[in-house]
Amino acid sequence: MQLEKSLPSAERSPPPGAAMPAGISRRLASWPGRLLALAISLFTVVPLAVVMTSSLSPDPAIWQHLLEFALPELLRNTLVMLLGVSAGVLLIGVSLAWLVAVYQFPGRRFFSWALMLPLAMPAYVLAFAQVGIFEFTGPLQSLLRPHFDNMRWFPEIRSTWGLLLVMSLAFYPYVYLLARNAFATMGRRALEVGQSLGLSPRQGFWRIALPMARPWIMGGLLLVVMESLADFGTVAVFNYDTFTTAIYKAWFALFSLDTAKQLASLLVVMVLVLLLLEQYSRGRRAYSQAGRTAPLPRLTLTGWRGWAACAAASLVLLLAFVLPLLQLGYWASRDFANQFSADFLGYAWRSVLLSLLAAVLVTLIALVLAYLVRRDGGAVVKLAARVATIGYAIPGTVLAVGVFVPVAWLDNQIIALLGLGGEVTAVFKGTLLAMLLAFVARFLAVGHSAVDAAMNRITRSHDEAARNLGVAGWALLYRVYLPLLSGGLFTAVLMVFVDVMKEMPITLMTRPFGWDTLSVRVYNMTSEGMWDQAALPAIAIVLAGLLPTILLSRQQDVA
Amino acid sequence: MSLLELVSVSQSYGDKKIIDQMSFALEAGEIGCLLGSSGCGKTTVLRCIAGFENLLDGEIRLAGRGIASAAANVPAHQREIGMVFQDYALFPHLSVAENIGFGLGSLPRRARAQRVDAMLEVVGLAAYGKAYPHELSGGQQQRVALARALAPQPRLLLLDEPFSNLDVDLRERLSREVRDILKSQGTTAILVTHDQHEAFAMADKVGVMSQGRLLQWAAPYELYHEPQSRYVADFIGQGAFVPGTVTGPRCVTLELGEYCSAVPRQFVIGDAVDVLLRPDDVVHDDASEVKALVLGKVFRGSEFLYTLQLASGRSVLAQVPSHHNHAIGEAIGIRLELDHLIAFRQA
Repeated sequence: MQLEKSLPSAERSPPPGAAMPAGISRRLASWPGRLLALAISLFTVVPLAVVMTSSLSPDPAIWQHLLEFALPELLRNTLVMLLGVSAGVLLIGVSLAWLVAVYQFPGRRFFSWALMLPLAMPAYVLAFAQVGIFEFTGPLQSLLRPHFDNMRWFPEIRSTWGLLLVMSLAFYPYVYLLARNAFATMGRRALEVGQSLGLSPRQGFWRIALPMARPWIMGGLLLVVMESLADFGTVAVFNYDTFTTAIYKAWFALFSLDTAKQLASLLVVMVLVLLLLEQYSRGRRAYSQAGRTAPLPRLTLTGWRGWAACAAASLVLLLAFVLPLLQLGYWASRDFANQFSADFLGYAWRSVLLSLLAAVLVTLIALVLAYLVRRDGGAVVKLAARVATIGYAIPGTVLAVGVFVPVAWLDNQIIALLGLGGEVTAVFKGTLLAMLLAFVARFLAVGHSAVDAAMNRITRSHDEAARNLGVAGWALLYRVYLPLLSGGLFTAVLMVFVDVMKEMPITLMTRPFGWDTLSVRVYNMTSEGMWDQAALPAIAIVLAGLLPTILLSRQQDVA
Repeated sequence: MSLLELVSVSQSYGDKKIIDQMSFALEAGEIGCLLGSSGCGKTTVLRCIAGFENLLDGEIRLAGRGIASAAANVPAHQREIGMVFQDYALFPHLSVAENIGFGLGSLPRRARAQRVDAMLEVVGLAAYGKAYPHELSGGQQQRVALARALAPQPRLLLLDEPFSNLDVDLRERLSREVRDILKSQGTTAILVTHDQHEAFAMADKVGVMSQGRLLQWAAPYELYHEPQSRYVADFIGQGAFVPGTVTGPRCVTLELGEYCSAVPRQFVIGDAVDVLLRPDDVVHDDASEVKALVLGKVFRGSEFLYTLQLASGRSVLAQVPSHHNHAIGEAIGIRLELDHLIAFRQA
């Protein structure tokens, strides 16, 4: 849920006066701080470098194999997935956002926040719940079967179309949320400007409202594309091979870490190209809004139009959240006594422990980073912060490989140094530490954006007032910043906690032996097709996921 | 026939009357202004004329043709009424030239480019066609907004608090500039503002609004010198009320003596009235026998604005050339010059 990251820069730029004047902090802008920031950036630099160097020394044998058997299908699958999901989320997200932001219809207030609920449901959970509902033995077909001669007309859910539908339903909230806020602030005004220049409301939507909201919509779409590229659990449920599943199989089924590295490097290249494209497409247009406008009253949709809008929103909410949750609840309750066992409590306990450790660690590092950026404000530290927070775009499978390789190398060095050959095979490999390293790399951006947003609300005058009263340096951090930042820090911990809870590939690939968590349990059961056994851990993950979703909708519901 | 006519227009949000039976007319080529404090309904009037709000009652006619009533409305985009929005609402994703050309969709490409160039010239931004809105200053953005609204040659232009986002200096300069542009284009326009300097600088006709009602619709000079109600007298310009008694059809006796209006009046002899004294009505005169005590003074460069206390203890304002520098507590001679004697019967 790295929503802040995607907002166009005009939205994220600090308020006037938040930046430090060069003079004041010159004494403090010393190298220890810069080195610390650079060290933090190593969390992402090292895994990325490890993965990318493998593409500098390609192994001809591996490439031969990849080109011949794997790559064409992987590339085609990835392309189909990205295009299909993009079309799906744009259609669902933008149209619902426009309805909710500009019009009044029955249930609008409820839908305004309820349409964000699917954020709480990881795509892989939605995937197996939907497959369970729509497959041959599922409740829907069972219900219909007595009324038809045969069910061959019923679309097969385990198909490319099924995957695209599920992923669109899982990811549309990113587009919906950003587009809704953009439309709410300028939607009706855009129509009025258009009308004053002779455009009908319909023309106004296409020629003004949509282009003006483009950066927000594209920001949401970029998040969706990144999520789709990084997705592991959903495509696994659908047996749809993409780079993430190919990396996993190369490593854990073919035991070829080198192949995994080569595939990971390709995936990274794709991500970087996308990031650059997005950056380039913004050009020199800035999307700030001049002046303030009072919110305009909504246009009321009367009669059947109002109910049609209500029905459209209901359908999406039902398919993306309500029905899957009911299905999960049914599965879990049918076999509750069996499932709610010591094993389940063990998964839950390990999930909570791991998420909490990662959340606190990430937040601490994010705090230090945000403070360094503010105190120093120089180019070196800013660059370090940017690099350190790029991990949100790097798929977990890639980071798992990128962290494992250097940790394994380190282990070998230590073992050789201490002469432990033979008896010991691992020191850090397969420990919580290695796992946490990967989580920091992946989720530092989530923590940082929350802390940074709070930090930007502290004005330069606060700093100066404190300095004026003789408080400076690190004392400034805990006497002024920490009390003012507590809300942002809480948000950071909560967001990272839930993200780690939902995370699947890193946990799956780097966990210590026997360290199965809720998401690992879900993977193990769904890969066997045992949907009902995966239901209870999935519900636990969804419930945890509801916390930040509700928090987020509260913050955003001013719109 | 007037270009724009409002005939007892009313509008409400729920139970709250926003506009109450408002009527006025604007001739072609004139610039009108609705003046009032915030919440008086002036922006709603503009939005009704533009077609963004529907009427509860009454009618709006443009060039003799009804465009809005409670029963039927011409859609906003077919009214050919341009609007400059308070926040300019420039399109951030389009360049200045593209913004200005936005409403010219019906023109062929060449003609559109020519019109855009001409408008850039008119507003003095010929060099900025390729710039994006955020690269311009506030005053330049405002001029782009004006050019965009004028480009399709609307029959009527509406300006909603057009200068409220600008510095005071710029506001004055730009209001004169905008007036010149509108006059040079022969545009009929209505602006809405809470700033009377702006209203006076820009408009041929000014309407003072309060609580949804139009109290007076007149030229600025008339509004200042012939206010028809106590509210308008109070709202426009500075001044103080001093009690007096009517002694003739156009004469009143105050504690400062008897004064008669140079212009016709129809006072009722014997009425107790309050007389409006503007700062420029109170003239400093060392020869005068009437003395007043200096209570306070504000230096304004070419003049002082003195607060003076009369013998009765009432205070009045006096505008005095700044070479008459008197200390607080000093008594100075004054006399009144009441060509336009404004008196309201005491309640």
